[in-house]
Amino acid sequence: MIDFIWLLLFCAGLVTAVFTGKVGAVSEAVLGGAESGVELAIGLVSVIAFWLGIMNIAEKAGLVEILARWLRPIGRFLYPSVPPDHPAMGSILANMSANILGLGNAATPLGLKAMQELQTLNEDKETASDAMCTLLAINTASITLIPTTVIAVRMQYGSAHPTSVVSTTLLATTIGTIAAVILDRLFRRWSKRRR
Amino acid sequence: MQEILAAVSEWLLPLLIAGIMITGFAKRIPIYNTFVDGAKSGFGTAIRLIPHLIAMMVAVSVFRASGAMGYLIQWLEPVLHFLHIPPEVAPMGLLRPISGMGSLALMTDIFKTHGPDSWLGQLASTMQAASDTTLYVVTVYFGSVGIRKMRYALKVGLLADLASVIGSVLAVYILLGPMPK
Repeated sequence: MIDFIWLLLFCAGLVTAVFTGKVGAVSEAVLGGAESGVELAIGLVSVIAFWLGIMNIAEKAGLVEILARWLRPIGRFLYPSVPPDHPAMGSILANMSANILGLGNAATPLGLKAMQELQTLNEDKETASDAMCTLLAINTASITLIPTTVIAVRMQYGSAHPTSVVSTTLLATTIGTIAAVILDRLFRRWSKRRR
Repeated sequence: MQEILAAVSEWLLPLLIAGIMITGFAKRIPIYNTFVDGAKSGFGTAIRLIPHLIAMMVAVSVFRASGAMGYLIQWLEPVLHFLHIPPEVAPMGLLRPISGMGSLALMTDIFKTHGPDSWLGQLASTMQAASDTTLYVVTVYFGSVGIRKMRYALKVGLLADLASVIGSVLAVYILLGPMPK
């Protein structure tokens, strides 16, 4: 999929350039693009390093566990098929907490652990269970409190208020997550009816 | 309302950092060394991004410099107008669920043209932050436990991405007001 998109972007650009007569601009864009890729990554070092440092403290101090405890009632509502005391629920809540805190590096392993534990509850090991689909839906929309990478890129491009997007992100992710939960429930109902 | 939210945004980050440090200290964790340990991996993480960013930045720059992006935006205009999505951010919305690096490249493109603090710059930031790369999440999560039939999960994920785009536009409209002409 990614191969196709990459090829499409490049070739669509090249074909258009032939028609618009901008082939020269395309050659320039290749070099310029590569250069800004490196610049961007180097510029991100400072903020990523700082944030990973702070988040290491948060992890060791058990903030993920504290947040997971607060989210317990929400977990019971979102995953009615998972017993509240099953280890799967713990991993699901930890994954959700890590996402909210912007701990991308911690969220993925916790999410994969949640998948493994959901698989033990799954009757058909090759077909996704209801709870797995919900976990996916919530992870793709994920509520975010601190969008770390975006803040870093904003700083690099000279933003006067790099954190000004925290409030818009929080509202947008809340809308997106509510939509994901509703869509998940609707599709679940439809798939049951078809059987 | 807007000033209060701006203040909340401004204060949230420093307060969160202070809160994390204090919690760590109260729990008798060697916070300084823990910080340094975590920060060490930041360099590697950023360096690992370089090849991905180069690949995507080149493709996106070619797509834009050739004028293909302009045609795409023009072509999508009627649908976007109906959904109140500014055409400038439409390519980002299309790329976001497929490649996080690709949409990040498009976001920096908008920063370069319009500025990170412009209305469009803030919308692009919100769109980038508001959703995850659905295709990646679906592949990695289901792949890790050997699920072959993913039922409606991909459909829900992609529809949720569309909802996130609309949610981002809505959030920016509500908190920053309509797009300045």
